[in-house]
Amino acid sequence: MVALFSALDRKLLRDLWRLRGQGLAVGIIIACGVGIMIMALGSLASLKESRSTYYDRYRFAEVFADVKRAPDRMLADLREIPGVKSAETRITRIVTLDIENLREPANAQLVSLPDEGRPRLNDLIIYEGRWPNPSRSEEAIISRAFAEAHDYHPGDIVRAVLNGRARDIEIVGIGDSPEYVWTLGIGSLLPDDKRFGVFWMRRQALERAFDLDGAFNNVTVSLLPDAIEQDVIDEMDRLLAPYGAIGAYGRDTQFSNAFVESEMGQLVAMAQIIPPVFLIVSAFLIHAILSRLIAVERQQIGLLKAFGFTNTEVASHYIKMAIVLSLFGVIGGLLIGRQLARLTTHIYSDTMRFPEIVQVIDSTAYASGTSAAIFAAVLGAMSAALKAARLKPAEAMNPAPPTVYKRGGLLPAWLLDRLDEPTRMILRHITRWPARALMTVFGVAAAMSLLVGTLFAFDSTDEMIDTIYYRTDVFDAAVTFAEVKGYDAVTELERLPGVLDIEANRGVYVRFRNGVRTERGSITAIPSDSNAKRLLDHDGQVLGVAEAGLTLSSQLAEMLAVDIGDELIVDVLEGNRPTLEVFVTALTDEYIGYSAYMDLDTLGRLLGETRVFSGAYLVLDPDRAEAFSDAVLKRPQVASVALRSAVIDTFNETLEDTITIMMTIYSLIGGAIAAGVVYNAARISLTERGRELASLRVLGFTRGEAAYILLGEQALLVLLAIPIGAVLGAGFAHLIVLGMSTDLYRVPYALSPATRGFSALVVLLASIGAAGLVAQRIRNLDLIEVLKTRE
Amino acid sequence: MSDAQALLRANDADANTLLSVRGLTKVYQTGAVKVHALRGIDLTVKRGELIVMLGASGSGKSTLLNIIGGLDTPTTGTVTFMGEDITDLRPSGLTQFRRAHVGFIFQFYNLVPSLTARENVALVTEISQNPIAPEEALRMVGLGERIHHFPAQLSGGEQQRVAVARAIAKRPNLLLCDEPTGALDSRTGVQVLEALKTVNEELGATTLIITHNVGIAEMSDRVIRLSDGMISEEQAMHRRRNPSELSW
Repeated sequence: MVALFSALDRKLLRDLWRLRGQGLAVGIIIACGVGIMIMALGSLASLKESRSTYYDRYRFAEVFADVKRAPDRMLADLREIPGVKSAETRITRIVTLDIENLREPANAQLVSLPDEGRPRLNDLIIYEGRWPNPSRSEEAIISRAFAEAHDYHPGDIVRAVLNGRARDIEIVGIGDSPEYVWTLGIGSLLPDDKRFGVFWMRRQALERAFDLDGAFNNVTVSLLPDAIEQDVIDEMDRLLAPYGAIGAYGRDTQFSNAFVESEMGQLVAMAQIIPPVFLIVSAFLIHAILSRLIAVERQQIGLLKAFGFTNTEVASHYIKMAIVLSLFGVIGGLLIGRQLARLTTHIYSDTMRFPEIVQVIDSTAYASGTSAAIFAAVLGAMSAALKAARLKPAEAMNPAPPTVYKRGGLLPAWLLDRLDEPTRMILRHITRWPARALMTVFGVAAAMSLLVGTLFAFDSTDEMIDTIYYRTDVFDAAVTFAEVKGYDAVTELERLPGVLDIEANRGVYVRFRNGVRTERGSITAIPSDSNAKRLLDHDGQVLGVAEAGLTLSSQLAEMLAVDIGDELIVDVLEGNRPTLEVFVTALTDEYIGYSAYMDLDTLGRLLGETRVFSGAYLVLDPDRAEAFSDAVLKRPQVASVALRSAVIDTFNETLEDTITIMMTIYSLIGGAIAAGVVYNAARISLTERGRELASLRVLGFTRGEAAYILLGEQALLVLLAIPIGAVLGAGFAHLIVLGMSTDLYRVPYALSPATRGFSALVVLLASIGAAGLVAQRIRNLDLIEVLKTRE
Repeated sequence: MSDAQALLRANDADANTLLSVRGLTKVYQTGAVKVHALRGIDLTVKRGELIVMLGASGSGKSTLLNIIGGLDTPTTGTVTFMGEDITDLRPSGLTQFRRAHVGFIFQFYNLVPSLTARENVALVTEISQNPIAPEEALRMVGLGERIHHFPAQLSGGEQQRVAVARAIAKRPNLLLCDEPTGALDSRTGVQVLEALKTVNEELGATTLIITHNVGIAEMSDRVIRLSDGMISEEQAMHRRRNPSELSW
């Protein structure tokens, strides 16, 4: 039985102290792995807790439905639906805002509050100010992010255009609701707090503004614990169908919640993909360190066994060493991870508007991080420890037989003959221990692949922006009408200052059906030869909308399990609500949402409409964009305006904010792996070849020449690892693209030479730095000792 | 300047002098204890001379060899090699000195295990100005047949002869041998000494052998005995004997 601090344990601690440089390298790699795991799982737990606290306390609804106009009396029927716990009707509308100092128009989502008291569902947290006075129609509570972006406070006035009339709205409070944890700017892929806000106003005020007295256009419900969501949705659809319902939906497709959910999914993916790479590399390093240690301590092991230590005791001594080594990394990882988790949660709280971030100490995350790291360490130590256990005492007490090299082997003679001796030494050393060389290559390749597999996200974003805003949506502004309009509304827009070209469109809410599969969605009708909106095929070629049939996004086609030539049933959810049978004639590749397109005239014919439009794409004179913005706001029919330039600007700003910090973090992480691997390999090589190198120094080799022999091997392996890592990284990127794709959006795979180059540079610099540390030690080689001692 | 010193300087200037050591001391500080390894050595070595340096462990012979070979620096005193004071050289200068002028032979051969016999020699010839071809150097030590063997495939004596070939292939002015037969039995030891004698005679390399093996002394021109960090006895040999005639 070994006591807590036996002599063997003291040896263990001293050995670790002696190996502290290598131990530190392994420790850092383990700390990174555990740290990232804790960060991802920890911030996930905090976000989940923050979300559920918010949802529960402020009664976030579970089913949502929009209608054109339904009478208030329907509320009683809705409340009677089996499974419904509570229901509330509202008026919601998107309007434009006219904000001084803002070049482009901004939009607001108006949401009604009950005239008395607080909402039953989707209640508000008020940060500042008070609730609007029901008797005063022009008071609003505005969302906090929007208020912060403009430094608005209670008492300030915002001008909004409601149903064509400019109205000065007084801000009386700043608040938020669980319905808008995540908001996106109109026409944008990112939150745009400057140009998009939520305004909560009393019901009466909105009823009057939008001529909806005694009616509602939105309903939300909460469910009883045993309710079946789909049954409630079906029943709501049935009840609301006569009133222009476009289909009820659950939290899973509620915009804000779906985005929060997908961000959380990314954290899960991060915890599953990145830490294992670190832990595998750490297992390899521990294997290499212990194998070498056991070779050095061979005679000591023989001695211990001669004294009567059992094989198990000897093996567990080395396994214990690996565990102690990993524990330092684990402790570092737990500390780093905790800080990172807080930091990440706070970064998330900038885009996800939770009233408070509940910091959760996720003991499961800590336990899994710790046990994964220890498991990896034990795995790494296992084969070396078994080798120590198998050594026979008598044999072990003799020095190890000299290493036998062979001519030829893996390397062709013609190559060897052309090399100088130091290079030949490097190559023979690599081919003599190919498994070890492979581990170094793997380790460095892992670093490279991690860099490529994370930094590709910037290329991917570039590709996305390029495709969407420069190749697909090539208009300067998209205007949507509050409701469908005749062609005169389009002509009116055309006459606005700065408009060079205009192309009207028509969007219609529908339900697609193919057998048992149904999807809520919409059809966007554009001219078949549209210049403003260009649909692209899988190869990025402009497709155009077929004059007959439907062009579906590949995503929607997949969701409905249809292909070109298949027939689809389309329930139109507007007007006379006809049911159409339409053929799928083409597929288009899109990154965001799941859309369907049709020729404008064809849709009109199918719906029995003539020249009715719901919006328009505009080409603007860049010099007169401001005049256009001012003018478009005053048009009564305009519900929202999205300017492409503003959207792109927001994108670039957000990217600039994150790109430096993300590149720094990933470079540190990738660099740590590369440096750790190279440092360890070089240190092990130095202990093995120290005598050889000292001999060469005595013979007149300079420090540089000795360093070449020692580090040339690592350099060669690093150079070999970089292209391998680049290929692995591309594979990684493909996996991540697959993992991150949801029904809502798909991430394109794109990898630029610049990203590969940057990653390679980080790996090279980290390797050079680590090699430099080891090269320092060549200075300290004992040239005198080498004359006297036998290895 | 005393007469004695003036005489020594005159000797140093002698074109026949390869190396002269003057007033050499070396003090090692180990903890609180000062160890005087060398306590004032004066020595002049002529070109082509073969000197055997004898002494017990701790007598200072290895320290002297290390300083002469440019591996260590003295506490006081000078080492003048071909007219140049090497004690002033910086580490890189000492490296160049060893590279250009000194051949080393170690007790435990110190061959590179991943290179064949020929390649071990080529390792040094590649960084030398006017080397002997590796094959030729190996032939001189009687190893013409086994040039493509790795160290692990050679006997101790053969390995040490490869080491001799490696040391002499660059035509060093000074060949320093630290217990060259220490790890060998007498029969193979003799083969190594034969090789040393051959290169001393054929290449004219000044050879300094340190050993505690008295028997080797008889193959030298001069025997120097060290004890307690000083030269205790110096004896010129009238007739150099062949290694094959030696016994120990």
